[in-house]
Amino acid sequence: MNTLTRENRDGDRAQIEQFVAPPASVIEAGDGYKLEVEMPGVNKDGLDISIENNELTIVGRRSLPVVEGTLIHHESRPENFRRTFELDPSIDANKIGAKVEQGLVTLTLPKAEHVKPRKITVS
Amino acid sequence: MTLIRYQAPGFAPWSAADRWSNLRDELNSFFELPVWSNFARGGQLFSGWSPALDLYQSNDNVMAVVELPGMRKEDIEISLHDGTLTISGERKRESGSNGEKAERSERYIGTFRRSIALPTRVDASKVSATYRDGILTVTLPKAEEVKPKQIQVS
Repeated sequence: MNTLTRENRDGDRAQIEQFVAPPASVIEAGDGYKLEVEMPGVNKDGLDISIENNELTIVGRRSLPVVEGTLIHHESRPENFRRTFELDPSIDANKIGAKVEQGLVTLTLPKAEHVKPRKITVS
Repeated sequence: MTLIRYQAPGFAPWSAADRWSNLRDELNSFFELPVWSNFARGGQLFSGWSPALDLYQSNDNVMAVVELPGMRKEDIEISLHDGTLTISGERKRESGSNGEKAERSERYIGTFRRSIALPTRVDASKVSATYRDGILTVTLPKAEEVKPKQIQVS
């Protein structure tokens, strides 16, 4: 299962825009996988999910609340989120579903029909 | 697998030996290393989850902005005691264990508590909070006696 996830640490692209890799969890259910990625401040409009060369990339751009006043204590990071995962061959890339709720991105990755046992009828 | 948060690429903390040539510079830059701010921000290595918190101050309010992705509103608790704001709560594991198996768990599940001392006195009865896109914003109006006042010359 190590092939499902991979860190994105390629510096070339990061020079254009700085990203931070958010924490993620992968849960295997019977007929597929569930991927949860934490992106506080990201809503539907800031979310960009793409699949290229069997790699799933999730980019989250934040729309942070506007707060008046001076910042006197700072812990949050200004960068947007990006994380890339290598898709397991058993996943049906056409049936991936996504939702975002309170800054938590949840992807459902169902296993493809062809990996399930099948009977072929002779005609 | 990410144990500490992502650092800017191309940053080599200890590689250049000649950085030791100036001890003062070295000591100064040592405390600017991203790893220190990771301790301050996350503290995840030792104490579970300590959500990132920003504090703002305006003439009338003190505002705390806390990153709490994937919580339910009902599971967040905000309390004020002795000039210290405490945000605590519990992130529950969703659904249950009906054949589900965690392949990778980087998300923190369980209880958390985050406290911060407020810079001025606030009116505890007027504190309000909103939770949107996984970000909690707590607005704490300043107590009347600490608000800046203009005094008219009569």
